[in-house]
Amino acid sequence: MTSAVSFQKVSRHFGSVRAVDAVDLDITPREFFAMLGPSGSGKTTCLRLIAGFEQPTSGSISIFGERAEGVPPYRRNVNTVFQDYALFPHLNVLDNVAYGLMVKGVGKAERHKAAEEALSLVRLPGYGARRPGQLSGGQRQRVALARALVNQPKVLLLDEPLGALDLKLRENMQEELKSLQKALGITFVFVTHDQGEALSMADRVAVFNDGKIMQIGTPEDIYQRPKTRFVADFVGSSNVLPPDFVQRYSGQHRWASLRPESIRVGRAASGEGVAARLVSTNYLGATTKLALDADGLKLHAIVPAGTALPVEGEAVVLTFNREHLHLMDEPA
Amino acid sequence: MSLDATMPRASAPAILPGSGGMRGALSDLFWRRPQLLLLLMLLPPVLWLGIVYIGSLFALLAQSFFSIDEYSGLINRQFTLKTYGDLFQAANLDIILRTVTMAALVTLASAIVAFPIAYYAARYARGRWKALFYLGIMLPLWSSYLVKIYAWKLILAKEGILTWLLAKLHLLGLLDAWLSLPVVGGNSLSVSFTGTFIVFVYVWLPFMILPVQAALERVPGNLVEASSDLGASPGQTFRNVLFPLALPGIVAGSIFTFSLTLGDYIIPQIIGTSRLFIGQAVYSQQGTAGNIPLAAAFTVVPIIIMGFYLWGAKRIGAFDAL
Repeated sequence: MTSAVSFQKVSRHFGSVRAVDAVDLDITPREFFAMLGPSGSGKTTCLRLIAGFEQPTSGSISIFGERAEGVPPYRRNVNTVFQDYALFPHLNVLDNVAYGLMVKGVGKAERHKAAEEALSLVRLPGYGARRPGQLSGGQRQRVALARALVNQPKVLLLDEPLGALDLKLRENMQEELKSLQKALGITFVFVTHDQGEALSMADRVAVFNDGKIMQIGTPEDIYQRPKTRFVADFVGSSNVLPPDFVQRYSGQHRWASLRPESIRVGRAASGEGVAARLVSTNYLGATTKLALDADGLKLHAIVPAGTALPVEGEAVVLTFNREHLHLMDEPA
Repeated sequence: MSLDATMPRASAPAILPGSGGMRGALSDLFWRRPQLLLLLMLLPPVLWLGIVYIGSLFALLAQSFFSIDEYSGLINRQFTLKTYGDLFQAANLDIILRTVTMAALVTLASAIVAFPIAYYAARYARGRWKALFYLGIMLPLWSSYLVKIYAWKLILAKEGILTWLLAKLHLLGLLDAWLSLPVVGGNSLSVSFTGTFIVFVYVWLPFMILPVQAALERVPGNLVEASSDLGASPGQTFRNVLFPLALPGIVAGSIFTFSLTLGDYIIPQIIGTSRLFIGQAVYSQQGTAGNIPLAAAFTVVPIIIMGFYLWGAKRIGAFDAL
């Protein structure tokens, strides 16, 4: 099957900065694909390479099997939802949504009808006459989405579209985007620095760091079986354990990760385990996060709310199931 | 470790330290009554504008409703529309039409020349290049207006550098063909309307570039990307996004170029034909002819034209993007 988007050894260098460095990537049609990474990791540049705002320094990009290098953005059947929405301030909502059809020469009645439908799709029917300035952040976000979807793109690119929304709205939009993507069957490429967002929405996630892809996999893969220390640390803040420590428990001299929820914290002198000291507790509502110090090795554990907790500074013993210790590929 | 250990213990400040004398009391008063400060700040300019500026403008307008006694040359201070009627004499109407046409052409040309420069400055020039841009735009404004016009007279004269350059390029025929045209032509560029036009565009160009640049600077770069992303070619992006968003700047600039051209009397006097522009008509009517009422009536013409111009600009939505 042809990939929706395929990168072969794609690099984008800005002078000496390697924003994207020899990236290989295949995005399956109808997939919800997330690009996750800290700022400056190259994920947005990758998105801009697909949109056509950037051209690769080397390597080749194809979109549904067609080579895309040198093709300007306005001749790609790919649309973008911008981070700050980029709505045209001098046009009303309806004309914003109809813009793509207008420049393609679709008649006024027809494009306004299509724009109305797109607005209904994002649950903003009847908002056409307003100016973007009169809308809330969440509404602008939906208009930006409708403006992109009305063109029926083969691939929809979303550049941190939920970044500017408050938590509650963001959670609602995550669900809506996900169901919209399932209903429309469009390939979504979603850039985010929020690992929770990437894990909850995407079919597959690519974790970026320093212009390179560290790991591509399903959310479960990425979360449970990180390949490198970076992925373990960035996605859900696993405990990264050094080879010497790991050797004592698994017999192998390798780096390993251990999820904070896999650590059990017991009172000292209650038996075998790793001796540690409780440094601080951090109440998070449903859970409590504990910062621990095991002879200089900083660890953290997450325990459900309501667990009886030792006091700060107290000596504790840590235990975990050996099968939860995930050995990473990264050499020691 | 407690916080106390890191804080200096000596001389803890008072919670509500007292005001520092007269100046402090004055600051406190203004802080409590911001309107008072606003009033004090606005009073002098409002008095200046309201009485000295608007007042003299109305005095001038009043003059235009008087008339001149053609035999004695004395001003008859009785309300009449006769002076305005005089404006519609063929010779005077000619002056008005000539001036408005020139102002419109100068404005159009300024906008066309200014846009690419302003676009470059707003979107591409950074740091050192931006400084160079401002210097390049402002530098001509630092030298005397008269010096610049006389410099242009030399450039445009028959013996001037432009003729010399065109001769070197074997394009003199082109210049002669242009100068042989009616209305825009003449003996040399320095005594033709073409020359007047060139110098007007040169002198007013900074007043167009700066507002257009300011307008373009406020257009976020991602709007251009969004337009392109939605399938608009660069030409369509210009027509549908850049131009409408730059329009308030172009209109602001055109208010300068249009009204400055309508009122100027020095450029057409030094460079151009002997046919008058409004500014020259005002100058000669109030000076040599001593016909203050007609001079005042002539002055009202640009005010009315600018009024219509702004009304029209608002009608086509030039200020919508503000």
